[in-house]
Amino acid sequence: MEVLQLLLYGLILGSVIALGAIGVSLTFGILGFANFAHGDMMTMGAYFGLTLFTILALPMWIAFPIAILLAAALAVAIDQTLYKRLRGQAPVILLISSFGVALALRALVQIIWGPDTQLYVSGIQRTQAYFGLRIRPNQIVVLLGSVALMVALHLFLQHTRMGKAMRAMADNPDLARLCGIDTERVAIWTWIMGGGLAGAAGIFLGLDTRLHPEMGWTILLSVFAAAILGGIGKPYGAIVGGLVIGVISELSTLVMPAAYKPAVAFAILIAMLIVRPTGLFAGRST
Amino acid sequence: MSLLVFDQVSGGYGEGDILSGISFHVAADEIVVIAGPNGAGKSTVLKAIVGLLTVRAGSILFDGRDITGTRADRIVQSGICYVPQTENVFPTLTVEENLEMGAFLRRDDIAAAKERMFHLFPPLRDKRRQMAGTLSGGQRQMAAIGRALMLDPKLLLLDEPTAGLSPKFADELLTTVKRVNADGIGVLIVEQNVRQALAIADRGYILANGRNRHDDTARNLLADREVARMFLGQ
Repeated sequence: MEVLQLLLYGLILGSVIALGAIGVSLTFGILGFANFAHGDMMTMGAYFGLTLFTILALPMWIAFPIAILLAAALAVAIDQTLYKRLRGQAPVILLISSFGVALALRALVQIIWGPDTQLYVSGIQRTQAYFGLRIRPNQIVVLLGSVALMVALHLFLQHTRMGKAMRAMADNPDLARLCGIDTERVAIWTWIMGGGLAGAAGIFLGLDTRLHPEMGWTILLSVFAAAILGGIGKPYGAIVGGLVIGVISELSTLVMPAAYKPAVAFAILIAMLIVRPTGLFAGRST
Repeated sequence: MSLLVFDQVSGGYGEGDILSGISFHVAADEIVVIAGPNGAGKSTVLKAIVGLLTVRAGSILFDGRDITGTRADRIVQSGICYVPQTENVFPTLTVEENLEMGAFLRRDDIAAAKERMFHLFPPLRDKRRQMAGTLSGGQRQMAAIGRALMLDPKLLLLDEPTAGLSPKFADELLTTVKRVNADGIGVLIVEQNVRQALAIADRGYILANGRNRHDDTARNLLADREVARMFLGQ
């Protein structure tokens, strides 16, 4: 039973990591760089949600979608003011500037919301039991919300013109240009999706645990591990990668102290880079 | 009037020119082959047409308008579609999605155009929901050409379409190219398999060291002893 319980917690943590990893994978696949500010985008999303939910006292189902939209808008704004000027530069230049964005965002969170730990819902939430498995109401929101967002992303990528164009550009940017695909518009949509999902991941992380200015930065390692595990640039791989990292992290507490949980993601990342650097699902390609 | 006029064009990627004053033309109903040894600048000619190369001298006219230095996506819109030699499909997109991407600039219904491609390349119909990266070499080439034809271009540029194909598949592919041409689309082919390509072509140009070396009708080139000895491997 303990294993099943940890599996459930692993899926909850895993969906948060997966939502973050999708964005990392999309920006890497389409714009060609590893975005180190992604964790802090998650933090921003979580704090947007905090303001809307606790200060403006909006209901959860209104506050959180607005916070997700704000996170998406922030991602587009950062792209238009900074990354757009660096388009076509060497990936390492974009990576370093994303590092700068990460530091700036983290400082901004501390200035606006303070350095202390905060909660969406104060007090202790009562755990509910289903089929002998314990789960808190907040965690049910996280699970259902993650599934809904992943289904929405899937429908977007498979059935809309822009979603297909995004996949095309991730596959072969030169050919996409030759097809007359407007690569600047694809870039903006990539940030809308990546930023929005990062915002959602931050909110869900805050619901599952608590809000802290370093929450996103701390989980970024797991997010990158998930993206690489799934084959970086492949959003569907990132979902599986996130769930695998989440579940293994939780299951590891069976055999080692819980404090080592973050190290497990790191170990998986290193093992993966040595054994199969192209990810679990490196499909055949041209 | 010629559909495409390539007039004394020189240019390259960085320092130094790969093309040194090359000229040729393609009429609206023609298939023209560009041949020559490796490094002669054959593929570079196609890249210059679609704006992927800096042209330093000379001009490129399409449909009577000067398109020298125009951006790739604008060139596509004006009616020239280009099929690169490699990486010419979106590997994780299905065959059908590849065709849709080819028609990205079209806002009208593309169902009829898709149907026409499946008619032109029957093997693609069964594979329409399969990822293009899993296709065989010949089918992938069909998907790539089909993708390029989705915009109803006036001119189709093919970079070594038969490279890596068995003679039988190469022959089938070139026969289809001939049919495309019969529908009124001009075709410019860069080829290694010169003999097979000339068999369906109207005229040919032979380049060497970035310069025009020889040009004639396809029939005369195939019959020319010197050309045969130097470029057709006999």
